[in-house]
Amino acid sequence: MDLATFLIQLLNAVQYGLLLFLIAGGLTLIFGIMGIINLAHGSFYMVGAYLAWSLSMHLGSLWLALPAGIVLSVLLGIALEWLLIRRLYRLGHLQQVLLTYGLILIVEELRSIIWGDEVHGVPAPDLLSASIPLTDMLSYPVYRLWISAVCIVLAALLYVLIQRTRLGMTIRAGATNREMVQSLGIDIDLLYRFVFALGVALAAFAGMIAAPVSSVFPGMGNQVLIVCFVVVVIGGIGSVKGAMIGALLIGLVDTFGKVVELKVGSFRLLPELAGMSVYLLMAVVLLWRPAGLFGKRA
Amino acid sequence: MSRPRNLAVVALVILVALFLLPFVAEKFTVQFATRILIMAIFAMSLNLLIGQAGLVSLGHAAFFGIAGYCLALSSPQYQAANFWTSLPLAMVAAGALALVIGALVLRTGGIYFIMATLAFAQMLFFLLHDTGIAGGSDGMYIYVRPDAGVFGWHPFDLEKFGDFYFVVLALFVIVFGFIAVLRASLFGRVLAGIRVNEQRMRSLGFATFRYKLACFVIAGMLAGTAGYLAAVQFGVVNPDMLGWHLSGAVLMMVILGGMGTLAGPVVGAAVMLLLELGLQSMPEAGTLHLGKHWQLPMGIAIVLVALYLPNGIARLLRWGSADD
Repeated sequence: MDLATFLIQLLNAVQYGLLLFLIAGGLTLIFGIMGIINLAHGSFYMVGAYLAWSLSMHLGSLWLALPAGIVLSVLLGIALEWLLIRRLYRLGHLQQVLLTYGLILIVEELRSIIWGDEVHGVPAPDLLSASIPLTDMLSYPVYRLWISAVCIVLAALLYVLIQRTRLGMTIRAGATNREMVQSLGIDIDLLYRFVFALGVALAAFAGMIAAPVSSVFPGMGNQVLIVCFVVVVIGGIGSVKGAMIGALLIGLVDTFGKVVELKVGSFRLLPELAGMSVYLLMAVVLLWRPAGLFGKRA
Repeated sequence: MSRPRNLAVVALVILVALFLLPFVAEKFTVQFATRILIMAIFAMSLNLLIGQAGLVSLGHAAFFGIAGYCLALSSPQYQAANFWTSLPLAMVAAGALALVIGALVLRTGGIYFIMATLAFAQMLFFLLHDTGIAGGSDGMYIYVRPDAGVFGWHPFDLEKFGDFYFVVLALFVIVFGFIAVLRASLFGRVLAGIRVNEQRMRSLGFATFRYKLACFVIAGMLAGTAGYLAAVQFGVVNPDMLGWHLSGAVLMMVILGGMGTLAGPVVGAAVMLLLELGLQSMPEAGTLHLGKHWQLPMGIAIVLVALYLPNGIARLLRWGSADD
């Protein structure tokens, strides 16, 4: 592998990892703060991608589709929390798994009824459609760099929001002791609704910006969901920092697992077994630290 | 005193009805009943983990699928495997896999356990899906059903749907009885104790990890029995047999029926499969083909069960609890 190829794969790995962080970050936040295990989180990623596709067709550009999509996904998050999720706080993990599993089926079928079952492509905006030449043969698309940059900005904003603002302080306090925060006169229900909508919007936004590079297809949410579970388990459930580290690790392992060739005797381990590599990584982390890299010990 | 006796009468009536079914019903009904019994065995095995030991697994299909693959791989092509050797082999394979996975995932607990079991099942899914060791994403066909011959004597013929039904029914009764005995045994009581308060059980001197691991292996072997039978019925195995959709569906059966109860998973399996059949045959409404989108009403049903029937049908009918 020469330097240019290595650089390209490294950029791809980081971009994939950062994108995973947007989804897994919301997932871990919703669990850590609200205590909800949300299997339907991947569905919001898919909804985002389909919104990007259909809105950019109707509005004519991805630039217009993005704000419209964000507004719609926030509304979706608020509606779902009000309609279903808030009823789950008093129920156990088992009911949460069940309800959100049902939600996956519902979202998938509604997607099929509204948008159909075809695979779609979304063109990158003209402004970002160029490529940066690396060698005579190889170049790197600007759009992917833009994805990474946007994700880094969002991650930084998330950090500031949670660690440095009054709202973030209340959210963290609510995660530690719900009743205490409530008795101090803070509307915890409103706070939870905000956190859930934030998680939904982050996942949907990840789907929107990923649409031009990954295409838009049925079942895309489930694929991402399972990988995000791995990210969250590796990082430690409830830890946003852990989700970032986990996402980048998974991005590196998954991307390089597909391009590196590894042989034992005559049997090719990689890239044949690349699909397994992230799960293998998770198994190793769980053996070493059963509560993930940054998780609190159970 | 009269409640257990009533239940025994109900169970006996159902058993007699199941026994008489092939003599009165047509082929489709018998095959559908076979499917329900197979899924009931699968759901009972998961219920052993969830209801008895309190271990919520979202990767239980791994053991179901691996046993099916074991039959496909051990069958000589275009020839029959022997039923009496291939079934134990498939169960042992599922049990061995459960031993390895269980030793790893049981180090975690609660929500980590849910996610870790899911991840291990997905790992196997990709192993079978992406590599050519067992036909890749297309899976493998089992051209000839296993042969039940012992020293030249053939007690039944699995190619006949009626014979196959009775074999599945017999295994169903054996598994049901086995779980009933297990629940009442010391082993079952210790598992129930672990579910309620693991630390206290440990302080009483029980090596809880070993009990949980043993339970995980037994549940894996029983799931393997169901997977083997499913492979025989459909004559084909593919990676979806290990997929998380099946793990989710069987979890749904257990909760819908009533986890921790003996009959709950059976009721759940029957209700789920009948509901699926009913929804799939929904008519067209205008331009919308309702039957094709059967998962929409199914999803709504699942959501409603989670919210309004969190303890399942069996608990609703007061059919005993896990603690009695």
